[in-house]
Amino acid sequence: MTTAVASESPAKKFSLVRALRENRVAQGFLLISPANIYLFLFIVLPLLLVAGLSFLSRGDYGQVLFKFNPANYARLFDALYGKIMLFSLAVGLGTTLLCLLIGYPMAYYLARAPARQRSLLLFLILLPFWTNFIIRIYAWMMILRSQGFLDSILQWAHLTTAPLNLLYTPTAVMIGMVYEFLPFMVLPLYTSLEKIENSLLEAAADLGAPPWKAFLRVTLPLSVPGMIAGTILTFIPAMGMFVVSDLLGGAKTILIGNVIRNQFLTARDWPFGAAASMILMILTMVFTLYYTRKAGFGEELLV
Amino acid sequence: MKSDFVVEFHDVVKIFPTPEGGTVTAVDHVSLEIKQGEFFSFLGPSGCGKTTSLRMMAGFEWPTSGEVVIDGKVMGRIPPYLRPVNTVFQSYALFQHMNVFQNIAFGLEMEKVPKAEINRRVGEALEMVKLGNMGRRTPKQLSGGQQQRIALARALVKRPEVLLLDEPLGALDLKLRKEMQLELKALQEQVGITFIYVTHDQEEALTMSNRIAVMSKGKALQIGGAVEIYERPNCRFVADFIGETNFLTGKIKTLAKDQVTVQLDSLNQEITGIRQGNLVVGQAVAVSIRPEKVRLADDDNKKVRELRGTDNLLRGKVVTTAYIGSDTRVVLELQGGLRMRAWEQNAISTLDPDAYYSAGDAVRIYIPVENTLVLPEDAS
Repeated sequence: MTTAVASESPAKKFSLVRALRENRVAQGFLLISPANIYLFLFIVLPLLLVAGLSFLSRGDYGQVLFKFNPANYARLFDALYGKIMLFSLAVGLGTTLLCLLIGYPMAYYLARAPARQRSLLLFLILLPFWTNFIIRIYAWMMILRSQGFLDSILQWAHLTTAPLNLLYTPTAVMIGMVYEFLPFMVLPLYTSLEKIENSLLEAAADLGAPPWKAFLRVTLPLSVPGMIAGTILTFIPAMGMFVVSDLLGGAKTILIGNVIRNQFLTARDWPFGAAASMILMILTMVFTLYYTRKAGFGEELLV
Repeated sequence: MKSDFVVEFHDVVKIFPTPEGGTVTAVDHVSLEIKQGEFFSFLGPSGCGKTTSLRMMAGFEWPTSGEVVIDGKVMGRIPPYLRPVNTVFQSYALFQHMNVFQNIAFGLEMEKVPKAEINRRVGEALEMVKLGNMGRRTPKQLSGGQQQRIALARALVKRPEVLLLDEPLGALDLKLRKEMQLELKALQEQVGITFIYVTHDQEEALTMSNRIAVMSKGKALQIGGAVEIYERPNCRFVADFIGETNFLTGKIKTLAKDQVTVQLDSLNQEITGIRQGNLVVGQAVAVSIRPEKVRLADDDNKKVRELRGTDNLLRGKVVTTAYIGSDTRVVLELQGGLRMRAWEQNAISTLDPDAYYSAGDAVRIYIPVENTLVLPEDAS
């Protein structure tokens, strides 16, 4: 009898282990918990902090006062910030569109290149990521500044006679943005174009479609998932960008990203900065949700 | 003027570069003519040049030299979208972003056929392949066999001069494949369009074709009807590739008009057969004997089937037997350890074990002269 008692008590002691052994729901929960903990710590918690912060007040010395203050949001509907918001939206959409227009031919060429060339070309597209992003933007300052690299070349080729004065203009910001986000457009586009089997284009030709019609009717629709994934990957970070506009746009070109950064680091108005962050997030989410409702997430890429 | 032939190959050669910098000759001086309304098959093992031949008709490849003529017109470098042929692809190549109706309508839209006519013709095409109510489905929602029919309908709706089929049944299971073979043949007779069919499956080719081109290493070795290439192959490769056969080797001793006597290599005897291809006295030849055309007799002639005095006679011993219902498959050993297969048809029904051959039986092997084919070792 003593043995029976002895064997019963450890079973009670480890009832949690036993529950896990028998309960599949608990097992699933446990298995997924690393991902849940990660998401909670790095997404949910920071977001809650920012959301909470956006309703507090700034103290006289830039400290945060725990006093409810919805006026942060009201300030954002001021004409000045409204203008910046609209301008940021235009820059974000413009960047996405330009990346699509430039990136599509690149991705198409990449997908049709012989296998051996393809890996080299892919490597070249990823190569800029080996250098720090800020250093690369500084390089663009060297290129774009008056009598810089670009001006020298254009004048040497007798295409222009006077400096273009590109640096510190919205054009410079757009150049920097497109440069930065182009790989994020090219890679998903490449993935979807590369998946289009050659036999489909042969079938189109066989059925009477000249190459341009085969492109419009077969290649283009089949690359839609890549276009969607690429535009999402470009548009969302482009909306929050501030480094490019800071360095290439000077004081004249201010995006909502710059406003947020300035509120946190310069003006030391954290609550207002948090409110601007929330509005940016909501704006981006509305656009992205509307878009993905219409077009999907490009999830076909994963199949 | 319209030619009698809908497709002609005049000395067509296709050479591909290899990634290693060399070249490979996929199609090697092939000449042939395909008649209007014919069901013509290219049959051969993979890499024999059959698909390349088809792709040159479709326009996906251009000959390195020689001419492909379709409907009396030299094709040269005319692109696929201007050729009066349509293809059923091995992978079907259906457009996944379109539904079944749109897939079939695609080719007609390219021809700018009026909308009402497109609707009518697509409907007819769907009826023809017995998928009348599937127009709104996407290809992914269909089974392999259904996708195959859609690919067929998509090509046939264009009413081509020639329909090219590149191993269209390759991805289907055996039962469905057999059904589709008969259906394809019936469909071809119904629409009257020339079908050019590529397959590595000899049974498929024999079942459906009016004529077959047996290909190996880029060459069309023999072109003929099913009976012709099975009963009268013109070289060792064709005899070996089509059906099963036994080969004995030897040298030609005498040559008559169509009869040949051959001194067999490892047996101390002669065999008489019929002459296939160009042969000269003393030439090394292969003697092809189909296993179902061999007649066996035991020493007291108890189990014998009909014999003729002119039959070749060999002696041997039964090694193993396998009863498979319709036949008993017997493996024989001749002098010098040569093996030979013989299929004895089980024409009578009995449970008496003595009625069947068994291992160790000494047998006489009779081979009618017309079933002893003397072939050149290699196609010249």
